[in-house]
Formats: sequence, structure tokens, C-alpha cells
Amino acid sequence: MMYEAKVKIGLKKGVSDPEGANTLKALHLLGFDTVKEAKTNRTVDLLIEAKNKDVVKKKVEEMCQRLLTNPVIHTYEIKIVEK
Amino acid sequence: MKIEDVKIAVLRIEGTNCEQESLDAFKRLGANPEFVHLKQLLNIDCNKDEKREISQFHCLMIPGGFSAGDYIRAGAIFAARIKSKLNKDLVEFVKQEYPILGICNGFQVLIELGLLPGIDNIISSSPDACLNINDSNRFECRPTLLKHENNGKCIFTSKILKNEIRLIPSAHAEGKLLFPLDKQKKYIKNLEENDQIVFRYVNPDGNYEGYPWNPNGSISNIAGICNRIGNVFGLMPHPERSYYKHQHPDWTITKLNSNLGDGKAIFESVLDYICKRF
Repeated sequence: MMYEAKVKIGLKKGVSDPEGANTLKALHLLGFDTVKEAKTNRTVDLLIEAKNKDVVKKKVEEMCQRLLTNPVIHTYEIKIVEK
Repeated sequence: MKIEDVKIAVLRIEGTNCEQESLDAFKRLGANPEFVHLKQLLNIDCNKDEKREISQFHCLMIPGGFSAGDYIRAGAIFAARIKSKLNKDLVEFVKQEYPILGICNGFQVLIELGLLPGIDNIISSSPDACLNINDSNRFECRPTLLKHENNGKCIFTSKILKNEIRLIPSAHAEGKLLFPLDKQKKYIKNLEENDQIVFRYVNPDGNYEGYPWNPNGSISNIAGICNRIGNVFGLMPHPERSYYKHQHPDWTITKLNSNLGDGKAIFESVLDYICKRF
């Protein structure tokens, strides 16, 4: 079976997000002054062949811990859909 | 050991770009450095005579640059490739008290590898720290002033007096040192107690100050740290870029009495350690 795992990587609460802060500033300069917050995230889409969803989840968790995120600053969410 | 017998591996993969001046720094002092592509250690795509082992060297050096395009996080891919096969060799190398130096991107690699801060173990399975995006959200490239705060543990700064201030240039976009937010104080305390803090950013008066003297917003103004043994050292600024005094931005004003740059002592210190120790 083929699955697509969408991994959304964000910053932990309290970690500064200079990219988000700069985006917010630029949006305000353009007149979008109703924007109160801008946060940046990164998504990685992975196409994975596996027996079932549970196997995919376990593998992707491991990938997050070993490469995709740094636990000191990152949070992650995994969404898996069958392809 | 004689200095000419000291073999140093200057490691590289695609995107490293400070390897030449790093190699030159060791070479000018009479040592025997060599460019080693990571594939030569992993034994991928190389001839028999190109194959190398970590144990053939007395020092490993990870130079600055943008390894693997800084994708994922600066240093993460370089670290993952090293970890894929060389974890055991690396631990053995550190245990035998051979030195490892990481400058700029090399420091990011050492953090991602878990070799630094190295408070409880030689290597941790996941990073205990992070070199995050600069607070300014910019690439900060200019001279920085570093105060040497080590009491003697770090073998890379034995030739620099305590509290001495050195001018060493910084050039990075991801250099803000962070520890897990809920444990930052504990980490700093441990690092101070273990004498693992090597350099802090200061202003011209020698006092701690924020931006622009601290170019990235690093916690506690830290610019460089070593592991608990003192033989793994990482720093964001580039000592190989201030090897000669004429590389200092103010050398024409201050006059050139000797052509001794502020970064040279780091390379001299580690070579001195290797010659005496092995």
C-alpha cells in the first residue's frame, strides 16, 4: 500500500520566529493591519510504501526524531492518507 | 609526536566552502592536513587508495559553509550522513581524547550530531541544543569580539589567556545557541561548572551586550563551547579568517607590528596538544 505522510514542523512555544515576525512587519507595511500574528511552519510530504497506517506512523515518528526536527525547538504533526 | 606527523582530516561534503583556509591554517603551522570527503570515510564511490578511516587521523575538522545547502536545518544532513555509519568510530575517537573542531557550519554539525554540548555523554542520540536562526533574521557577516572565558579545559585555546578579547569574524544566518527552553538555566549552570564555555560575545569594553555585539541573540552571549572532556570544540566565528593580522579590518590603523592574527592561536593550541599528548 502507498501512503502519503504530511509532516508539519513548527516551533515550540517560546522559541522566537524571526521569519514570522518579519513577515508580519511586511504585511503591516502593505496595509494588512488586521493581521495579529504570523507563524512560519515547514511541511514535508513523504510517499511511503508500507503494510498499514500504523507502520507508516511509527516510521515517520522516527524520521522526525532522527532528522526532520530538532527536539530543542520543534514540534511536529503527522497526517497520513492512503494514496 | 612531531608536528609534521600530525594528520588532520578537513572533512567536506557538497556545500562546505571554508575548507581551503582551514587546511591552510594547519599547513602553515607545519602539520599535515588533508581534505577528506565524507564519502572517503563512508567508503562510497571511492577508489581503494582514496578510502580513509577516522582512526588514521589525529584531529578531525569540520569547516564552515552551507553543507547540503543548509536544507532541513544547517548541519542536519551532514550530521545524519556521519551518524549513518561512523557513530562508533566517532565515539572511540573522542574517548581516546583526539580533538574535533567545528567552525560555523561545523559547529552546527557537532550540535546536530549530539557531540556538543556533551554534558552527560560523549554523544547524545538526539540534539541537546540548537543553533537557531539569528534574531535579526539576517545573515550577519562582520568582525565580532570574543572574550576567552575558559579556565583551561578546552585544548583549543590553551595559548589564549583567560579574559583576553580576540577579534574573530562571524558570518552566519543560524547561530543563535539555544537549549531546551525549560532547562536553559540548568544547562548554562552545568556548562559553567564544567568549564565548557569557551568564548562569549562582548562589546569593545569587554562587557556583555546584545545586538549587534552579539550577532545572533545567542543565550548568555555564548559564541563557542567545548564538551566535558575539552577535546570537542565548536564556535560560530571563523578563526581561520583571522590567521594573519592583515586580515583584521583595522590593521592599517593599528599598524602592523607583527602579522599575528587573533585566530591563529586556536590552531597552534590544538597542534601543541596533539604533539605533547600523542
